[in-house]
Amino acid sequence: MQVKTASFEKISTKETTTVSGAEAVIKCLLEEGVETIYGYPGGAIMPVYDELYKYQKEIHHVLTRHEQGATHAAQGYARASGKVGVAIATSGPGATNLVTGIADAQIDSTPMVCITGQVGSHLLGSDAFQETDIVGISTPITKWNYQVTKAEEIPEVIAKAFYIAKSGRPGPVLVDITKDAQFASLEFSYKKCSGIRSYKPYPELNLLEVERAAEVINNANKPMIVWGQGVILGGAEELLKNVVEKAGIPAAWTILGLSALPTDHPLNVGMVGMHGNYAPNMLTNECDVLIAIGMRFDDRVTGNLEKYAKQAKVIHFEIDPAEINKNVKADYPVLGDVKESLKALLELLEPNSHKEWHQQFKDMYKTEYEKVIKGNLDINKKDLGMAEVIQQINNQSNGDAIIVSDVGQHQMAACRYAKFNGTRSNVTSGGLGTMGFALPAAIGAKMAKPEREVVAVIGDGGYQMTIQELGTIFQTKVPVKIVLLNNGFLGMVRQWQQMFFDKRYASTTMVNPDFITIAKGYHIQAKQVTERSQLKDAVKEMMESDEAYFLEVKVEQEENVFPMIPTGAAVSDILLE
Amino acid sequence: MEKKNYTVSIYTENNLGLLSRIAAIFLKRHINIESITASPSEVNEVMRFIIVVKVTEEQIKKIVGQIEKQIEVIKAFYHTDAETIYQETALYKIKSEDFLDDHNIQDFIKETNARIVTVTKKFFVIEKTGKRSEVDALYEKLKPYGLMQFVRSGTIAVTKNEMPISGILEKFNTTNSLS
Repeated sequence: MQVKTASFEKISTKETTTVSGAEAVIKCLLEEGVETIYGYPGGAIMPVYDELYKYQKEIHHVLTRHEQGATHAAQGYARASGKVGVAIATSGPGATNLVTGIADAQIDSTPMVCITGQVGSHLLGSDAFQETDIVGISTPITKWNYQVTKAEEIPEVIAKAFYIAKSGRPGPVLVDITKDAQFASLEFSYKKCSGIRSYKPYPELNLLEVERAAEVINNANKPMIVWGQGVILGGAEELLKNVVEKAGIPAAWTILGLSALPTDHPLNVGMVGMHGNYAPNMLTNECDVLIAIGMRFDDRVTGNLEKYAKQAKVIHFEIDPAEINKNVKADYPVLGDVKESLKALLELLEPNSHKEWHQQFKDMYKTEYEKVIKGNLDINKKDLGMAEVIQQINNQSNGDAIIVSDVGQHQMAACRYAKFNGTRSNVTSGGLGTMGFALPAAIGAKMAKPEREVVAVIGDGGYQMTIQELGTIFQTKVPVKIVLLNNGFLGMVRQWQQMFFDKRYASTTMVNPDFITIAKGYHIQAKQVTERSQLKDAVKEMMESDEAYFLEVKVEQEENVFPMIPTGAAVSDILLE
Repeated sequence: MEKKNYTVSIYTENNLGLLSRIAAIFLKRHINIESITASPSEVNEVMRFIIVVKVTEEQIKKIVGQIEKQIEVIKAFYHTDAETIYQETALYKIKSEDFLDDHNIQDFIKETNARIVTVTKKFFVIEKTGKRSEVDALYEKLKPYGLMQFVRSGTIAVTKNEMPISGILEKFNTTNSLS
């Protein structure tokens, strides 16, 4: 093998012990500080599971009900804690079931290490039972992957896997280990990876770039910040707050940037993008300087690129050089770790307030409030709205809960209306839009942060994609709170059918089971809310419960999410109704 | 923007699976690879891929960015034809009787600086190294005589400017031995 790490050719001073490859895997995880892993056993990974049995006091293995659940739980764990999530599976179908979670982690830059068993090396390429080329399959959706065929490779490869997963722009890594490599013995010693000669986690900060950016910002009349998850991944939340406050710049977030700045911060002007807030979308096309921080100008954020912020000078703070000019041309790129670049920027910024400019955001918020928000929260309309439910959760959580949302209309309601006081509180599938993400992700988030309240907000479509993870909740007794917003439709698709396909509701009507009975079958406390009058008490009871709790809320069937930027339209063509 | 031939030079660790990782970057963007070669480079244990594609400069910049992101890629560069010295090699197999009976063929070989590499009773193998247009020109001339087989290599190229790979690797070694 050719792994050129910093430790290469250095002789470890630690004493070695003879262990099996399988035991080495566990020892490596312990060396990396892993406490909880998610997985599902099977033939090709059985030696590792045998070791997990021995090491059950040191490492908590959570048996999910499907390997996809293991990846999403590992993602939820990583997103809530900032640590690397670990998922483990057998070869063949076990490995292919990881694919959706890996793709999700790749597009949302989530640090995750997946370990898969593989058929014995003498069987590779023979179409053996449960043989799948998972390295080939996962290549386009991993930051790095590797197949181990010799036990002695294990420590160095796993050290490298963790280093790659968490450094720079994080991402998923897959290590595939043949069964014979798990059985074979090796002399075990462990050294954490501290560098790889062909891999530079982040570019060195060029102070000149920061100085230029600061000058442009200091001379701006209508500056606007759009921050993304990079701020959270880089641990730069406090710096962002300081930058925003010192220069008095209205700041908006992408869906994955949510919770980096408290919801009620006066300069937090809401979400950008397709279902974002009115003001930041409209004013993207009016600002004179657009300061993008740790975000990647996803098409759901920009709408039509030809009509996106053309009037503005664009400053782009970014860790990944490949993101510069990928979608939006950066007039002033600032490459580097956002924690270093924002720190340098902060010192160079002149205090400012941009009061009139900020007022424009406030005025537009009023417009959105009148046309959208007031109606969403109106308690006199006939049916319960999704936003009302989120509001009740806010009332009970005071903004301190971790909200894990799935994908669709309820996700937009959750992200638009949930209140957040602190960072790493919004866990959702952004780039990939993976329905079924929330239930297992909530399990991982709660295990990572047992002291915090974790509320999963899920639609009736996505819920049924990973509903089997109720079994995991039952078995582990992890006290997650599940709020099912049931409208009997695949709501977001239905909304598009209504708006763009002349109301031809092709395959979006859901005939649903009795969700309460299902939850009770798993011995999870469950309650259904069909009337507004029941909502407040039901949410309170759920939040006060010390155990897992399932709350189904029957919401308006054909509610639409607004504002909305139709596909291909400019951000400033955002519709309010 | 105008599409041009770009030669992408990629210095990598010799790792299984890296070829498919790199190929996938082109595939995802529906970009046809005109030619590809891989061989050990001037640096010990470092591989060099040379990939020729016809794209716009904007595209090639983004592609090189994505390639450089791959963990085992040490450095990737792109160059236009004008910035490189590039060659390819082709082999032409023709029947001996055609070759011996027709003096034209012998003239073509002399004119184009091609070389006869094998002679048997049944066939001759001719080799030509040069620019793609030169290889094509000889192909067109030999085609009427009924080529038994024709094969060409990928483009290999060196750049006119320096490629500081050794420096990059040296810097890594220095940094890490200090830490």
